[in-house]
Amino acid sequence: MQISKDKFKLVGTQLGEAEKISKPSLSFWKDVFIRFRKNKLALFGLVLLGLLIFMAIFGPYMTPYDYASNDLSNKNQPPSSEHWFGTDDLGRDVFARTWEGARISIFIGVAAAVIDLIIGVLWGGIAGYKGGRTDEGMMRFADILYGVPYLLLVILLMVVLGQGLSTMIIAMSITGWINMSRIVRGQVLSLKNQEYVLAAKTLGANTSRIMGKHLIPNSMGPILVTMTLTIPSAIFTEAFLSFIGLGLTPPIASWGTMANDGLPAMRYYPWRLFFPATFICLTIFAFNVVGDGLRDALDPRMRK
Amino acid sequence: MAKYIGKRLVYMLLSLWMIVTATFFFMRIAPGNPFASEKKLPPEIEANLNAHFGLDKPWYAQYWEYLVRIVNWDFGPSFKYKSQTVNDLINEGFPVSFLLGMEAIFIAVAVGVLLGIIAALKHNRWPDYTAMIVAVLGISVPSFIMASFLQYFLAIKMGIFPVARWESFMHSVLPAVALASTPMAFIARLTRSSMLEVLANDYIKTAKSKGLSRGVITVKHTIRNALLPVVTYMGPLTAGILTGSFVIERIFGIPGLGAHFVTSINNRDYTVIMGVTVFYSILLLVSILLVDIAYGIIDPRIKLAGGKKGE
Repeated sequence: MQISKDKFKLVGTQLGEAEKISKPSLSFWKDVFIRFRKNKLALFGLVLLGLLIFMAIFGPYMTPYDYASNDLSNKNQPPSSEHWFGTDDLGRDVFARTWEGARISIFIGVAAAVIDLIIGVLWGGIAGYKGGRTDEGMMRFADILYGVPYLLLVILLMVVLGQGLSTMIIAMSITGWINMSRIVRGQVLSLKNQEYVLAAKTLGANTSRIMGKHLIPNSMGPILVTMTLTIPSAIFTEAFLSFIGLGLTPPIASWGTMANDGLPAMRYYPWRLFFPATFICLTIFAFNVVGDGLRDALDPRMRK
Repeated sequence: MAKYIGKRLVYMLLSLWMIVTATFFFMRIAPGNPFASEKKLPPEIEANLNAHFGLDKPWYAQYWEYLVRIVNWDFGPSFKYKSQTVNDLINEGFPVSFLLGMEAIFIAVAVGVLLGIIAALKHNRWPDYTAMIVAVLGISVPSFIMASFLQYFLAIKMGIFPVARWESFMHSVLPAVALASTPMAFIARLTRSSMLEVLANDYIKTAKSKGLSRGVITVKHTIRNALLPVVTYMGPLTAGILTGSFVIERIFGIPGLGAHFVTSINNRDYTVIMGVTVFYSILLLVSILLVDIAYGIIDPRIKLAGGKKGE
């Protein structure tokens, strides 16, 4: 069988066509976001986190009751249309207290993470960038401090400094920053010998510019992951400390103090323990899942 | 190896020295005088008490005595209960805590490893998802909440287990499970990811092409190699079990050291808080060191000295 030649047409080569990039170019963070979005669990965590933050901001205004005012004629009421989450042994509204507690817990988590970030980035950044003796000395100090058991030190500090919000955050930050500093140092060590840093140096950029403009922004991924995972551990620590009687003092409502108050009454008034406990778990869960998702999204090995 | 152990030992001692020093100075700045009470003590008696506890000496002498006492395994008296020393508390409470802790470690390792292996072998199928959801829940639910929920549902509502106290094996089940839940979840995740990593190796492919059965490959080639990273987790595991015991023992009314520790915190019994903290720190640092050394022995690929080859 023969196919006649006039059935073919010469189209020629279109040089531009082969070189064209059909997909729009993605910035690093856009790429990360796309991969994060594919992780359903992480997305669910993000939504949950959004809801929790929304309720922490607006929850206390949704009920006419105030978190601190007692009403002894209405104590230990089960959940009802009047008191959505019931009341506690002083007749305080558990719904209002729960969201007040959300504010405290999230505040503690974020504050601890931010302090860790500041100290950790400075310490790790300087150690990694300077290298040599400075690095050796600074990281040895961090190693020794890291050996000190975290919760025991926090307990000691709380006992000595007295209970309170600021003491708690300080106590958590004293050894909390070490992890961050190690991560920043590792990042800076691996980045500082890259060509673009050399180029910046050649162009006369000073150390703070190289750190602020090149090294730290390029380490943002691992820093962000560490921060997201610091928050739940700080929330846990707050609840733990409140639970062993070292927490915030009344009338401040935190989830830990509420759970601690609710525990002895668990048999008869389970809602007093149930609500704060559930929200501690949900918050820790949401932060953990988002942090894990972020870590996977940032990991180049996960790229398909 | 010896060089590595020596180096680690020095770091451990430095960390310990730091916490011992911290406890000493914290105790001095802690609010209140150890003998403060409602009744004002006559000055002669107070002077006598101070002399008895060595508080009349200058701080460096006290500090030195404190260090010597710690080295001699003497953690000092209790300021609240005159007849009791911290050593008494430790001798009385620690065996109970140790038993509970061992049970929890056993549960955490056994169940965690099993979950991780199942998840990795059934990767991206329902057993994997189920195991990982269990793991995420285990990580998100703090042990004291797990304990309260277990106690409420399984003991109070359903009556399967005793509610509290420390009398028989059945009494220890719920506290051990609550204590084990978080580390178990970590171990499951760790086992799963390291199993997946091992399964992707060429030698697994070789073993398959040699015609080895699935069981032999899993047991002999995969699990043995995958469990190495789990060993590194034993240090943090000890720490988690130890601090977890503070709350778990309180919830279940177990007379262990953790419960005594929390009581002393609530009583502001400073000497006991400091003494038990130092004891816990020693325990923790030594067990972490032992785990690291064991890891170096188990895994021949690790060059502990981090130095020259052929050493």
